[in-house]
Amino acid sequence: MTSEAELSGWGRWPRYRCRVESLGVDRTGLGKAASIARGLGRSYGDSAINQQRTLTSDRLNRFISFDPDTGMLVLEAGVSIGDIIATFLPRGYFLPVTPGTKFVTVGGMIASDVHGKNHHGAGSFGDHLEWFDLLCADGNERRCSAGENSALFKATIGGMGLTGHILRAGFKLMPVETGWIEEETIPARSLEHAIELMEQNLDRTYSVAWIDCVARGDSLGRSLVYLGEHAALADLAAKQRADRYASKARRGKRVPLDFPNWALNAYSVRAFNELYYRTGLRKAGKALVGWDSYFYPLDAITEWNRIYGSRGFVQYQCALPLEQSTKGLFGLLEEITASGLGSFLAVLKRLGPQSQGGPERLLSFPLEGYTLALDFPRSDKSLALMDRLDQITLKYHGRVYLAKDSRMSQQTFEAMYGEQVDAFRRARRETGASDAFQSMQSGRLGI
Amino acid sequence: MTLATGKPVLLLGAGSDIAMAIAHVLAGQGHAIQLAGRDPDRLKADAEDLKIRHQVAVSTHRFDVLEPETFVSFFDGLDEVPHAVISAVGLMGDQDASSGDVDQLKLVIDSNFTGPALALEFAAKKLSGLDADTAIVGISSVAGDRGRKKNYVYGSAKAGFTQYLSGLRQKYHGTRLHVMTVKPGFVKTAMTEGMDLPGPLTTEPAAFAKNVVAALQAKKHVYYDLRWRALMGVIKAVPEPIFARLKF
Repeated sequence: MTSEAELSGWGRWPRYRCRVESLGVDRTGLGKAASIARGLGRSYGDSAINQQRTLTSDRLNRFISFDPDTGMLVLEAGVSIGDIIATFLPRGYFLPVTPGTKFVTVGGMIASDVHGKNHHGAGSFGDHLEWFDLLCADGNERRCSAGENSALFKATIGGMGLTGHILRAGFKLMPVETGWIEEETIPARSLEHAIELMEQNLDRTYSVAWIDCVARGDSLGRSLVYLGEHAALADLAAKQRADRYASKARRGKRVPLDFPNWALNAYSVRAFNELYYRTGLRKAGKALVGWDSYFYPLDAITEWNRIYGSRGFVQYQCALPLEQSTKGLFGLLEEITASGLGSFLAVLKRLGPQSQGGPERLLSFPLEGYTLALDFPRSDKSLALMDRLDQITLKYHGRVYLAKDSRMSQQTFEAMYGEQVDAFRRARRETGASDAFQSMQSGRLGI
Repeated sequence: MTLATGKPVLLLGAGSDIAMAIAHVLAGQGHAIQLAGRDPDRLKADAEDLKIRHQVAVSTHRFDVLEPETFVSFFDGLDEVPHAVISAVGLMGDQDASSGDVDQLKLVIDSNFTGPALALEFAAKKLSGLDADTAIVGISSVAGDRGRKKNYVYGSAKAGFTQYLSGLRQKYHGTRLHVMTVKPGFVKTAMTEGMDLPGPLTTEPAAFAKNVVAALQAKKHVYYDLRWRALMGVIKAVPEPIFARLKF
């Protein structure tokens, strides 16, 4: 059974009319036309969209087994992080790696090889994955792990769903004593200062910086650096102890309508950045924060993507190698401030080495250095700016994150990911995946 | 009403999306769950999922609504007498096939009326023997409110089931057994997959299940979504000469 729907990524641009089916109900049709799997649609661009056949994972939503001694969890690929936390945090387990929203499926986390605020020490999700079952182009399921079908294992982690449909996975949850995070906020007066702080705190579990991308001159790149540790039971005051796993639901707000396109402009963005930085200065120091507001601050505002209006938005996220990071980040920030196109949400994060326990991957995004992520309302001007940012990223041997991309050119993609692209294409050809699994993104980038 | 803490709840036709959604709500409240369906092997994955999420005991059982001769041994064979029995058994069937063929017609009538009615009659007898607050829930359909060209075989079977439940309710009035009728409109399930459903009248199974359980706890006799009650009220009020000409 199929239905029709207009689909977009989280950025709400571009949008396509698509035929949609549920993955896992009927597998007999695998051979009939190329398809792509889609979880909760939180990749920003066009990577989970296929106009002829988009297969949603909404019916692959069951837990299969859990071993409390080892933390080993086996589940179907459509289960979301929100479900995992709701089920296992009250029993003292948390995800080893989590991206900035809990509305993502495990299948999506594998396909994008997501990272979190602990990448510098814990690696990306692929570093914690023991195995997954992949529905391949020939209609057969294959168990993929470091020891079994290892070529598919490497290609699929970060492979944007283009090697097959991920059906099940197994990975270990991490024991935690509480659901609280000890957060420390440190203001950084400039970009160099922010980097210095991040480098000094590599031994901390979580670190991330919000960066003011409007400030210029000496204040260019001024930031608020956030460090975090899982709080032990002994760290909690009586008030938090009464709610050990911070499970009292936050009251969510909802963006009730599309903001008009003019609502986000140079002035409102400038005012917001100024206000945010000043508020951060006042709040500097340590505080206990619940897991939900610490890891998923934006989840509290349902459909926050609507603040960018009907035109949608694009997130630009790139990673730069460590030795080039400072120069590269200066280059990017100067270009952005000069353009007058600021961003509400600019995030700077120190990444660790690409492989930290898991296999060497082909299209996975992280590389040791720094990653910068910014949101821009979609416009001709911002798209042109991002083309210029691509050139700066390339110049410093960096790359753009495919899970965020909706606008890069094939040429840029190939230059950024180099020979890995050929290796990935080969892996796809050898398994028949090139014809069976396609997205709007894979078409645009010639993957 | 409140079912005693932890006591089992039996779902007949447990493979349906509505049954499974209700099972999750009740398991979330700590009840043990008994899943019964034609093919218990197909219920195993859902049983594991329920166990892992809610840390309650979950068992699977073979139950075929078209085999009424097995009903007594089925209920006797359960490890523990459930405190609530919920029937989500049903079959939409194909209107054209079932209106012109006696076997097809019987299949739809037996799946939606004869079988579930008899099963709940046995269940009621069993439950009323417990010294506890117990409940029978029958999931019928708004399709039983008025016969329409599109699905009147299914609709008349559901109409029969609705009336049966009404009688059963009277029979056990004044005892500790509560009988509730559920009349779903459109719920996004496997049964309605591929249908072009009107958004404002369509519910997700999880939200629907929550409402059903809340209605049961509030001791409602009939759970009937307000929008549907209003819509069907209008449809029922249309005089027959006009109704006969309508195309929907």
